[in-house]
Amino acid sequence: MDILELLPLFGVALTPARTWTFAFVTVTFMIYLYIGWRSRVTESGEFYVAGKGVPAVANGAATAADWMSAASFLGMTGLISGLGSDGSVFLLGWTGGYVLLAMLLAPYLRKFGQYTVPDFVAKRYYSETARVVAAICAVFISITYVAGQMRGVGIVFARFLEVEAWQGVVLGMFIVGVFAVLGGMKGITWTQVVQFFVLIAAFLIPTIAISGMLTDTWIPQVGFATSDISEKVNLIQQDFGFPSYTKPFTNYDKWSVFMIMFALMAGTAGLPHVIVRFYTVANVRAARYSAFWALLFICLLYTSAPVLAMFARYQILTTLDGARIGKAVEEEGSGKTYYPVYRVNEAGEEELIPWVTTWQKTDLIKIHDQNEDGILSLQNVDGKFADVTIDKDILVLAAPEIAQLSPWVIAIVATGGLAAALSTAAGLLLVISSSMAHDLYVHFVEPNASEPRRLMIARIMIIGAILVAGYFGINPPGFIGEVVAFAFGLAAASFFPIIFLGIFDKRMNREGAVAGMIVGIGFTAFYIIACRSTKVLGMAEPLMEPWFQGSQWLPDGLRPEAVGTVGLVLNFAVALIISRLTPAPPEDVQELVESVRVPRGSHAPEAHFDETDAEADNP
Amino acid sequence: MSSSPPPSRPEPKVAYWQQNLMVIGVLLAIWALVAFGCSIFFIEWLNQFKIGNLPLGFWFAQQGSMYVFLVLILVYALVMDYLDRKHDVKE
Repeated sequence: MDILELLPLFGVALTPARTWTFAFVTVTFMIYLYIGWRSRVTESGEFYVAGKGVPAVANGAATAADWMSAASFLGMTGLISGLGSDGSVFLLGWTGGYVLLAMLLAPYLRKFGQYTVPDFVAKRYYSETARVVAAICAVFISITYVAGQMRGVGIVFARFLEVEAWQGVVLGMFIVGVFAVLGGMKGITWTQVVQFFVLIAAFLIPTIAISGMLTDTWIPQVGFATSDISEKVNLIQQDFGFPSYTKPFTNYDKWSVFMIMFALMAGTAGLPHVIVRFYTVANVRAARYSAFWALLFICLLYTSAPVLAMFARYQILTTLDGARIGKAVEEEGSGKTYYPVYRVNEAGEEELIPWVTTWQKTDLIKIHDQNEDGILSLQNVDGKFADVTIDKDILVLAAPEIAQLSPWVIAIVATGGLAAALSTAAGLLLVISSSMAHDLYVHFVEPNASEPRRLMIARIMIIGAILVAGYFGINPPGFIGEVVAFAFGLAAASFFPIIFLGIFDKRMNREGAVAGMIVGIGFTAFYIIACRSTKVLGMAEPLMEPWFQGSQWLPDGLRPEAVGTVGLVLNFAVALIISRLTPAPPEDVQELVESVRVPRGSHAPEAHFDETDAEADNP
Repeated sequence: MSSSPPPSRPEPKVAYWQQNLMVIGVLLAIWALVAFGCSIFFIEWLNQFKIGNLPLGFWFAQQGSMYVFLVLILVYALVMDYLDRKHDVKE
């Protein structure tokens, strides 16, 4: 009902693509609301970890939707298209982490039980200070990350329904609010399962269609290897003065690729909203299989993305180069100018390339005819196309238009982008809520809160988190673009080492873990902030240039994206040295470590409301 | 072992843990070999071979490694099912 009431907002003429988008968005949002209403909960155990009864396959799909954000869905393909072979840092960095998660963290954390990552840190390191530090880290990582999702929601609304971005953000906040506040983790999980199917269909349909157009096969992963597109792209790239698409280390040097990839892997395994998903399954065995399902579902998108990246690059290069730039047109009302661009079609007639016009209106494509010859040139000038700037974030949204697919395909991609952003936002909001309500408020302010009261606090916190995220979505701070480096760097340098050592090193004690965490986070945060102070702190000059520039192994210096790897190594080194110089952890903590290493005795789904039963280990 | 009465404090399952560590070690070695070996440090050498029309190193970096990751996680889950049964620590 609420969506229909917004109809007057769309008083503008409805193009077919907009009509389809409106229909798909309305239908999917109705489904999300219905699921949220169906899975409303009455206990905090269900609110935080869905009562621990989620089947492995469903949890896998939910994890995949949780994991694949607006950045994965909208941004990554464009990034890879620009980076060529070096795009593997994102592809492998964001999938390889699941191998670490499946073998080194997930099964043992599930055996440990409880609701949150700070719960584990506090129990394992017998320290409430560690709980506070971990909770604050989790909130910080999640808030920055969620703001980016809300921004993604705004962009999709602005482009495809032509409403103001803030209206899109408000509608997105309302939808997430309904299923997250009513259903908590249970509502979020089942909505995410549906959102996974929406987003994967939205990504695969245009990719398969383009693959069918350009190659002999409809399977993109096969067409990628068997077709001659890669050779054609390489030739065109060289022709225009760019390096070959398949040539490695054209954008990053070898050791930077390694360090960025490793930081993303360890960061993936250490991100709290991913880890907490493995608390929701029935037992340890389900946690292992759930990691498999999650990666399988993620790989459906991640193995298709490089195919779309290369095929879309091929189409852009062949469509735009040599096209005729028409006279500047001033749009009525806004006063913006744009250039219509024409190319000769197969029948020999000149026709308009419509998507160049529509994206110019949003400033995401800019035409600047350097030599004013009226011909669009894509020659390499300082590493960029000579006459056109294309924002890399639009590639997935524009791909169906570039390939001249039907309007409903364009609409389904917009719907998928929304599903990706909303599902990730919901998972992050739950982490923020659980850290604030469970780890901080209930633990320190009201430890004796009754069950209904705990649930109410959790709901109030999630509403607060939605409002904060929405605010940042409408007024994005300057550091949004640095979120990836920050969130992954911090997770790699803090959560991953202390959880890993907590399970695999029985001798690891409070002193070692706290010292390691402080050094790891401190160094990583300092390095990123100092190198990116122009964006993070708004300074005119960066405080510091990247280290080791011009060295033999790292000619470009130590990049801020790669520094998480150094922070991780420092954390490990400090933790191991300090722990061996200080007393061993108490007997009951060592028993806790023994117990998480063995699957038997994990809690039945219903027996999970008392915090004190964590160490119980009944054969 | 399963027939004996449950002890009040179970003995640490040393053999189970040792074998778990060994499995993880082998699988992570393969993980590192494809992710960092085939896709980064040996990529230029592998690019002299082709799979279809793609250079082999490029294929590993953008396709093959992900398939290997999937297989590794599945193998780990299956092997641990076997170890859980063998050491009688199944839930």
